[in-house]
Amino acid sequence: MIQVSTTINGDEHQFVCDPRETLLDVLRDRLGLTGAKEGCGTGDCGACTVEIGGRPVCSCLMLGAEAEGKEITTVEGIADGEDLHPLQVNFIKHAALQCGICTPGILVATKALLEENPNPTETEVRYWLAGNLCRCTGYDKIIRAVMETAAEMRENA
Amino acid sequence: MSVGQATAHDAARLHVTGQARYVDDIPAPKGTLSLAFGLCEIARGRIAAMDIAAVRAAPGVVAVLVAGDLPAANDVSPSVHDEPLLAEGEVFYLGQPLFLVVAETHLAARKAARLGVVSYEELPAILTIDDALAADSRFEGGAVIWQQGDASSALAGAPRQVQGQIEIGGQEHFYLEGQAALALPQEGGDMVVHSSTQHPTEIQHKVAEALALPMHAVRVETRRMGGGFGGKESQGNALAVACAVAARATGRPCKMRYDRDDDMVITGKRHDFRIAYRAGFDDEGRVLAVDFTQYARCGWAQDLSLPVCDRAMLHADNAYYLPAVRIESHRLKTHTQSATAFRGFGGPQGMVGIERVMDHIAHALGKDPVDVRRLNFYAAPADGAGMRISDKVKPQETPYGQPVEDFELHGMVEALLASSDYAPRRAAIAEWNAANPILKKGIALTPVKFGISFTLTHLNQAGALVHVYQDGSIHMNHGGTEMGQGLFQKVAQVAAQAFGVGLEAVKITATDTAKVPNTSATAASSGSDLNGMAVKAACETIRDRMAEHLAELHQTKPEEVEFEGGEVRIGSTKLPFAEAAQECYQGRVSLSATGFYKTPKITWDRVKGRGRPFFYFAYGAAVTEVVIDTLTGENRILRADILHDAGASLNPALDIGQVEGGYVQGAGWLTTEELVWDGKGRLRTHAPSTYKIPACGDRPDVFNVALWDAQNREETIYRSKAVGEPPLMLGISALMALSDAVAACGGPSSSEAIGQQGPYPALDAPATAERVFRAVQRVQA
Ligand code: FES
Ligand code: FES
Repeated sequence: MIQVSTTINGDEHQFVCDPRETLLDVLRDRLGLTGAKEGCGTGDCGACTVEIGGRPVCSCLMLGAEAEGKEITTVEGIADGEDLHPLQVNFIKHAALQCGICTPGILVATKALLEENPNPTETEVRYWLAGNLCRCTGYDKIIRAVMETAAEMRENA
Repeated sequence: MSVGQATAHDAARLHVTGQARYVDDIPAPKGTLSLAFGLCEIARGRIAAMDIAAVRAAPGVVAVLVAGDLPAANDVSPSVHDEPLLAEGEVFYLGQPLFLVVAETHLAARKAARLGVVSYEELPAILTIDDALAADSRFEGGAVIWQQGDASSALAGAPRQVQGQIEIGGQEHFYLEGQAALALPQEGGDMVVHSSTQHPTEIQHKVAEALALPMHAVRVETRRMGGGFGGKESQGNALAVACAVAARATGRPCKMRYDRDDDMVITGKRHDFRIAYRAGFDDEGRVLAVDFTQYARCGWAQDLSLPVCDRAMLHADNAYYLPAVRIESHRLKTHTQSATAFRGFGGPQGMVGIERVMDHIAHALGKDPVDVRRLNFYAAPADGAGMRISDKVKPQETPYGQPVEDFELHGMVEALLASSDYAPRRAAIAEWNAANPILKKGIALTPVKFGISFTLTHLNQAGALVHVYQDGSIHMNHGGTEMGQGLFQKVAQVAAQAFGVGLEAVKITATDTAKVPNTSATAASSGSDLNGMAVKAACETIRDRMAEHLAELHQTKPEEVEFEGGEVRIGSTKLPFAEAAQECYQGRVSLSATGFYKTPKITWDRVKGRGRPFFYFAYGAAVTEVVIDTLTGENRILRADILHDAGASLNPALDIGQVEGGYVQGAGWLTTEELVWDGKGRLRTHAPSTYKIPACGDRPDVFNVALWDAQNREETIYRSKAVGEPPLMLGISALMALSDAVAACGGPSSSEAIGQQGPYPALDAPATAERVFRAVQRVQA
């Protein structure tokens, strides 16, 4: 067992974990942050995506121990209290989710995209989300929600 | 008006903030154990010896159960008791659960499950359709045959004929949330189970059997699933029963979830089919007779294979009137995962058969396949709007004798051809293909006519429970389950409408077998049809009681009481709904009611294959344009245009979502989603790294989706139509567009004179890059 200190959604966290435990398991089982989901456990579906230092990362492929000293954002940290992030607002407005289990990963990934590139083309959005699978929606409404959010955020910037 | 509004999914806010709980997210009590199965490593044989000492000794393991340790029934089958939870000597597929590990953590259970040392007496496995035919290995004795008219003499007498066969691969559900269950032991031996299931009553039933308890001692709760698609109709039984028996054995809560590989290796998938066909037609392309032989690979256990194969037969006509038809169906038993329900439930496979025939006929005649398809459409109903006068004849009958009274496709296809610019695009594609030797394009329109109702008549029933509290808030439950389709939202809209209140006044909680008993699976697209009606009935009972009391109180007639805009108007008095509820409570009026619904008009004789199995049909049509690279077989969808019939839609936003998702899933099934078993019966594609479902980049560049604006002719909930399954079959247009593109490699375009085409592509599904490449080679040879 090793001790790890990290910052998650702006709060300092300390936890103890097995050195072989993934960050995803730590988040879900030790810290009660069940927003990140396990869809495959092998880095192929994106359901477990969290943001670390501005980059989307598959938390199923990273060890909890590697989180030492890192700044992590999960889906639970995207909204500002009761105020939803524009991406969240648009995902609701565009009905960009059905069963919703891919949604946390996709939100975290697209938030990172818009921070890096506030004016992405549709093709760039698609490439960025290539590693986030959704079995329900067919992706169209997801792309629309992201494009509209990007436009809104540019206007309000 | 709540009904008809494009409101968001009821839990949308919970989803985007990560708070929506799936089974694995429910905070489990301290001491909860985790389970994993030890799996069989051969496809067929007998267990000679099973040494689980190392499993028992592994770190964190609390118990290991084998078949002999089970307290009562060792069966998780939804049909004929042929599916042991844990193998009893004989083994039937590679991946079959042999023993159950109960451990302190998920990881410990999974690791220990790999430590079993099992030796087998291996027997020759029956893996493929050909193996099964050679061994005469089947369910239900022999083939099932339904016919109408004299197909063989009509075929012999037809001026022209085509024949061929198509292989249609299976499909993994790939619900993003894997199967999961959590069992919480209660006082007195009772059990509460949380399950990711489309069928809580079945879970209750199987858990009760496994624990030798009456059903009243088991309560099952399902708040939501992370996708179901039919894969959680029966395939969750094993996990729920495993949790329950382990909880009984240890006295501790038990949780089980399959990780992705286990999920794909253990659970059933869509049935793969081979369909052989012979069709006779005239020089115009009018079908005179068709003979189909459908071979379905059902896997090792019966599960739901019989109704699945029935539905494939029931959709062998799709949208076309077949004057003489013979359908022979073989339900083959193989040593592979037990194929199960999957969105469309056999209907899609049956439909691919007839769409292939239409494509083949058009190719043989050098006609545009759209013309051949429209020529063969069922006649429009006599009162239908927007069709040619000549179509106004009496309804024609399906091969099973149901008159098609609501045929919408004449008008829909007309509208879609116009909105999608079909004719000019087809001409442009012909020009492109003439000019480009390497990249070839193709376009196709395919229709959908899908029968709505369970073919097992007694399943067409539903119940609901509605409470109005004294503060005017409304709580309700129904038998349907939420898997992302938006059922809860639609049903909440129905309740809000009934009481004339806003949606915020209505809450639906988890589906619970203690609140609504004896429910059917949320399947066959029936969720909102059945449960919406049941909820409406319950709301109306309460509303009538309220109206009667309020009328008396305010000295008017119950007919003068209206519920609208959050208020109740009683003659000249107006009360906020909450106050009206309070008055009724004070007046000792029961503000709780159950509702019940059973679908009218349906009768079905499955043995004869005759009757009216469906209350109504749902329709749709799609135009897909594709491009292929003839050197590699690589291909992509360039554009898709869809017009879909959801009747008077209860919620257009949710319905369009179903249409888009269904199309993409259907196109995935027929193009990239390839399941590969090796010669030992081992599934080689058991993770997203090897099994390719559509990703974001596969979505068509141009994707136009619209709903057809028409009421259901039958009295369904607010004249809407079911929309869960039908759109999947719109994806067939992608396969046919690929066939069109491949055909373009073989000679003059299909607008040229008869007899000038190259060979027919005969493209099998899924039309992977390899298959497209090989088909191109064939037609160019
Ligand atoms: S669970 Fe991490 S990528 Fe699928
Ligand atoms: S909404 Fe179900 S997987 Fe995306």
